This record gives sequence, C-alpha cells and structure tokens, in this order.
Amino acid sequence: MHATIEQLDIQAKELLAKLGDNNLSMKERLTIPLQDMPTQDPMQRITNMEEVALGYTENQVKVEAMRCLQCKNKPCIQGCPVGIDIPAFILQAAKGDFAGANATIKESSLLPSICGRVCPQENQCQEYCTYGKIKKDISQSVAIGRIERYVADYAREHNQDVTPFVKKSTRKKVAIVGSGPASVSAAADVRREGHTVVMYEALHKAGGVLVYGIPEFRLPKKLVQRELDGLASMGVEINKNFLVGKTRTLEDLKDKDGFDAIFIGAGAGLPKFLNIPGENLIGVFSANEYLTRSNLMKAYDQKHSLTPLFPSEKVAVFGGGNVAMDSARTAKRLGAKEVTIIYRRSEDELPARKEEVEHAKEEGINFLLLHQPHEIIANEKGSVKGVKVVTCKLGEPDASGRRRPIEIEGTEQVIDFDTVVVSIGNASNPLLKQTTKGLDVNKRGNIIINEETCETSIKGVYAGGDIVLGAATVILAMGQGRKAAKSINAYLNNN
Amino acid sequence: MNEILYKEKLSAEVFKMIVRAPRIAEARKPGQFIILQLGGDYNERIPLTIADADSEKGTITLIFQAVGESTHKLANLNVGEHIENLLGPLGTPTEIKKYGKVVCVGGGIGVAPMYPIAKALKELGNEVKIIMGARNKDLFVMREEMEALADELILTTDDGSAGRKALVTEPLKELCESWKPDLVVAIGPPIMMKFCALTTKPYNVHTIVSLNTIMIDGTGMCGGCRVNIGGETKFVCVDGPEFDGHKVDWDNMLMRLGTYKPQEKVNHHRCHIGLNIEEGDA
Repeated sequence: MHATIEQLDIQAKELLAKLGDNNLSMKERLTIPLQDMPTQDPMQRITNMEEVALGYTENQVKVEAMRCLQCKNKPCIQGCPVGIDIPAFILQAAKGDFAGANATIKESSLLPSICGRVCPQENQCQEYCTYGKIKKDISQSVAIGRIERYVADYAREHNQDVTPFVKKSTRKKVAIVGSGPASVSAAADVRREGHTVVMYEALHKAGGVLVYGIPEFRLPKKLVQRELDGLASMGVEINKNFLVGKTRTLEDLKDKDGFDAIFIGAGAGLPKFLNIPGENLIGVFSANEYLTRSNLMKAYDQKHSLTPLFPSEKVAVFGGGNVAMDSARTAKRLGAKEVTIIYRRSEDELPARKEEVEHAKEEGINFLLLHQPHEIIANEKGSVKGVKVVTCKLGEPDASGRRRPIEIEGTEQVIDFDTVVVSIGNASNPLLKQTTKGLDVNKRGNIIINEETCETSIKGVYAGGDIVLGAATVILAMGQGRKAAKSINAYLNNN
Repeated sequence: MNEILYKEKLSAEVFKMIVRAPRIAEARKPGQFIILQLGGDYNERIPLTIADADSEKGTITLIFQAVGESTHKLANLNVGEHIENLLGPLGTPTEIKKYGKVVCVGGGIGVAPMYPIAKALKELGNEVKIIMGARNKDLFVMREEMEALADELILTTDDGSAGRKALVTEPLKELCESWKPDLVVAIGPPIMMKFCALTTKPYNVHTIVSLNTIMIDGTGMCGGCRVNIGGETKFVCVDGPEFDGHKVDWDNMLMRLGTYKPQEKVNHHRCHIGLNIEEGDA
C-alpha cells in the first residue's frame, strides 16, 4: 500500500512530539524508525515525468536526523568522496537549522541538491553508518542523502544559497571542456580565485549528463539550470555548440587563445554495445540515444517536441546500472506496456542505487535476472521481434569482486520484444585523444592523470570525471573537478 | 550569433543559406557537416552538410531540402534572423590527395556537399569529371559552380528535361569502362549511392560515399547513426560521414533510415499547414 506524503508526515509529527528536543540516549535513537521517502503514487507517476521522490517533510527530516548517533569517529565521512562533515550537518538539521546545515555541506560539496538525489549513498556514506552496522542492515542506516536533499532544497527555496565570493581578477584564463558535474565543480572553484573561466559545451544545452542522461523524474532540470545560473552569476562564460577537438583544437585554446590552463571534463560519452547479432536492427537503441531523445530533446512531450519517438509495446533493457533503471522507467512513461531489465547476475549485484531498483519495481518493471542476451531477432521488416537469452548461474567472484555469471548450456530461449535499449556502460569518447597531440590515455581510452593533481600528460591541462574514471558517479566526478581546480589554482599562482 | 546573411530558393523545396559562423568557416574541411537546432526546448537537431565556406568572411553555405517540419522552419527563417544553435564542423574530413582521375557523382542536393570535395580534389591537380543527376532540370543545384570546375560535366534527369534521360549509374558505368577512374565519390540519396557502389564494384574502383543517417548529438555519444561497415559497427558522426561504398551494409542502413517513417509521414503533412512553403515535387 502506497503511503502518501501526508500520512508519512503525520506519523513523523507524532513521533517528533514524543522525541522532544533531540536530547536522546543512544538506545532511544536506535528505536526511531527510518523515515520513508515520500513518493508519487507508482500508478500515477508512470503517467508523468515529474519527480518521483518528493523529499522529506520538515517533521520527517528532523526525525531522521535524530536517528544519527553522532559517533565520535565519524565513520560516514570516510565513505563520502568529497568528505562532507556529515554528523555536523545532520545535527544542525535535527535542530532545525537547515540553512546552517546547507552551509556545512557547501564547504565540501557544490551540488548538494543534485548529489542528495543521485549519489549511491548505500555504497558511500551510508555504508559506513554505525546505525546500519548495529542493525546489521545498511538499509537501516541514517538516510544521509535524503537529509542532504532536504537542507539543500530548503536553502534554495528560501533563497539562502549565496553566490560564492569571487576574488579580484588575476587576468589568468582557464578553459573548461564540458559542462557536466566535474566541469561545473572545477569551474566554480577556479572562478572563485579570480581567474577568468570559459566553459565549452558541445550540445545546445549545458549540464552534460545531468541534462541529457538523468531523467526529469529523478533529477528536475530546473535544479541543474539553477546551478548553471549560479556559475553564470559568478561570471563564468558558458559557450554552447562548441566541440573542443573539432570547432577548435585543445592546442589552439592553449597556444592561440591564450588559456593558461585547461580542465577536461568531457564525460565518457561513447556507448558500449554487446557486439551480438542484431544490434543494428530497427528498434535497438543505446541508452544514451534513448535517454537523450527523451530528456534533452524532450521527446517525451510529443505534443511539442519535433524529435520523434519509436513506438514500443515491449521493451528489453540490457544492463543493471542506474542508466538501465532510468531507461526502463523512461520506457514505461513513454507508453510501453511491458518493460524488462535483463541482467546477467543476481539482484545483489545490480549496480544501480537501491532506491532506483525499488522504484522500478514499484512501477512494474520486470527483472529478468541471471540472463545474458545472445542475439536480437528481427522480423521481416528488420525490426526487433525478440531477444534470445541464455540462463546464467553465479560462479566465483571476478576482478570486480562480484560473482561471475556462468552461462548454463542448453537454456537458450527467445522472448518477444519490439524494442531493445542497450545500457551496459560507456567507453571514453576518443575525439580529444585523436585531435590532441601528446594527450595520453589508457587501454580503455580514459585520460591518464596524476592522481594527486589531476594533471594530464600535457602541462597545464587537467582532467576529471568520467573521461578519467570511465562511467562513474556524479559525486566522484565532482570530487575530481574540485581536486583539479585546487591544482589549477596552485599552478596559476606559481606561474 | 549565426546570422543568416543570404537566402535563396533554388527549387521548389531546396534552399541555400549563407550563415555567419566564423569558427566553423575557419575549421571546416571538405566532407564535414554541422548540426543545427533552432532554439528552445522542442526543436530537433538537424545534421546538414557544408556546401561551401569563406574563412575570410567567416561564413558557411548550407543547402538543404525542406522535407520535414524542422527543415521547413529553417526555410522560413529570413536574412537578418539567426540560427540559434549551430555546431561544427563535425565528422572526419575527406582524404584530399592526388588520386589521378576522379569521377564525382552528385544526386539531387547531394551535389552541395560534393562541391567542396570536387573543388579541393581539382585544386590538388586531379582530373575531375562530374555526373549530376536530378529528377528534372529545375532540381539541379550548384550547376554553374560545378560546370566551372569540372573537366567534364554530365547531366542526367529522370524525365530527359536536361542532359541524358538516365540514372547517374549509366554514365558512371561508361566512365568506369572507358576512362578507368582511380576514385569515385558518390553523394546523394542512399539508394543512389548504393547503386553507384554496385556499379563501380566490378571495376574495382575505390568508391567513397557520404552517409546521412539519423543522429542526435553528432559527437559520438548517442550511437543512433551506427552502420555496418565491412562487418564492423561504425558511427557516421565521428568515423564518417564518408566510408568505402563497397563495404557499407546498404540494406541495413536503408532500413535504419526508415525507423521513424510512420511518424515522419504524419509530420510532413502537418508541416505544410501554416508554413509558407508549397509542397513541391522535390
């Protein structure tokens, strides 16, 4: 039964009255139930693109914050890629000082309203949470991400988010390639030091994967726009429709246009395929294409958008990560009757955030686990008719630490589908490597950097985010953007 | 930004525009293309080839056929107005070098992207013969420009209203036999390129074609433009748009081009309503 936000709020309010003013013993805190995230009703939300998770109410966030045991050794912080002082902001939230809590987060993270929504907290801060450890269940950890989201949204809605102070001009120029999370973070931190910052984005809208990849129902685009507006108000120049490597080479930016340093945060951006027969049939899409059509090109709004959509009844999504969940849930919203995630390992190994998996299930997405696609079958018109899959079992852990899927002979079967979305990850886009002399990349095409400084093989050129990490997370990209910015600032001060 | 400086209607549904785009004019090379988007949340991204460029004036020339709602909207922009988003140059440039004898085949508005390639090949000392095909005499584009640079210009029309009443493959076959070219470059409707490649295959003449597949970003990110080239999947936007015509899996490519056919039919009708363009026979 779906609990409404009103029901959840009443429960929290009653609880809050009993708990009093946060003067609780550890034993008492350990009896406070985890506050559920209020969501749109699943049956309703699959008919719209609006945000699924509605965010805590004030009562809920206070109750949840009171669950925090305020451990002396702060284990949660070691799980945070940018080292947010988590217990400190949670204590502020428990006391109702949400603006203060936001300020605490902002000391370490630039995009809390985004990270609160898209970070895989159960593999980061919440994995280390003592509460979850005591309960022997990570899902019982303090919902750090949800509290983060609340305080960030609160500060935004109450206009308590201040534009960072920008030092006086140093007359040094920094180019930022890309406008996703790594680039946004790097741009802000470099600009604060008084350097001129020019950002280059290839698409007609800035924001990178936050705009073309992550759907509206998980990350409202107005939040992304707000962060970009913030950059603009700091004086960062954002140039769209500019593909570094083609419109102008990286070398020209450095040698002819007078940039003193460059940060590359161009993203992974090269979709992987399984290389099985049938992948070029009509009705087979990379997740990038599928999501870009819907998100960036707004094809979900067929009344207005000129970008066409492929009509689907039965959609198969290959893969088990966040992008696969986004694709499956998008397919549902675009009108598919049946959507099935096909993943070769079991539910425990699904790389997606737990919450996304839960939301997908609530929305009626099928999970065909322990199955590996072997071939996409065509009808007489060259369109997808079905997918040949084989059943797998789990063997010993592989290099990634996850148990390796082993195909079971003689288990092939064909399942009917009319659309396939391939969502098995991204490789690095080779464009910059191809057009930039001396830029070293590894076997996978990821740019090689000095781990300490984020500097590439070219002096004064730094990189971070997915172009270095391979497809990773927003927070890791942001963390690298900030690290690179620190190095760039030091480099510019010394040169 | 991207101001339209000149606009001309070349035939019923074909338009020429000269647009201010200094960066692209400076960087572009023959064989490359641009993607444009007319602003706002809802407009499509449209890939178009670059017909010409003037790096001194900072302009590029676009020649396009108004076939769908988006290209009709583009055609309705006037001199002094702007193309809000214009990205380029995209794709890998043509390999321009001394081949010797070259036949360039341009079908319909495929002549537009052919022009800078033919020009560059000619400037490098290649002997260039040009075959231009259209349905009728009114549908030729850039005929004068091509006439000026070709060592020989052969025209074909479906109805015989200009040049020979033939498909471009007829004179192409004859040239393969009598003139023995070292290179054929064919640009035009996919079906024309397919048959040009089939025509040159028995003569073993290297044949370059320029593919115009469905694409969104044009930077290698979406993979919507993927084609089979000699058994390998390639992206037209970054690996192409030019490929060895003998290696292209034409049937697969033609099929994929039809992905949105049912929706496009509806839109094509819709786009003539309220827009200032007659429904030509182009």
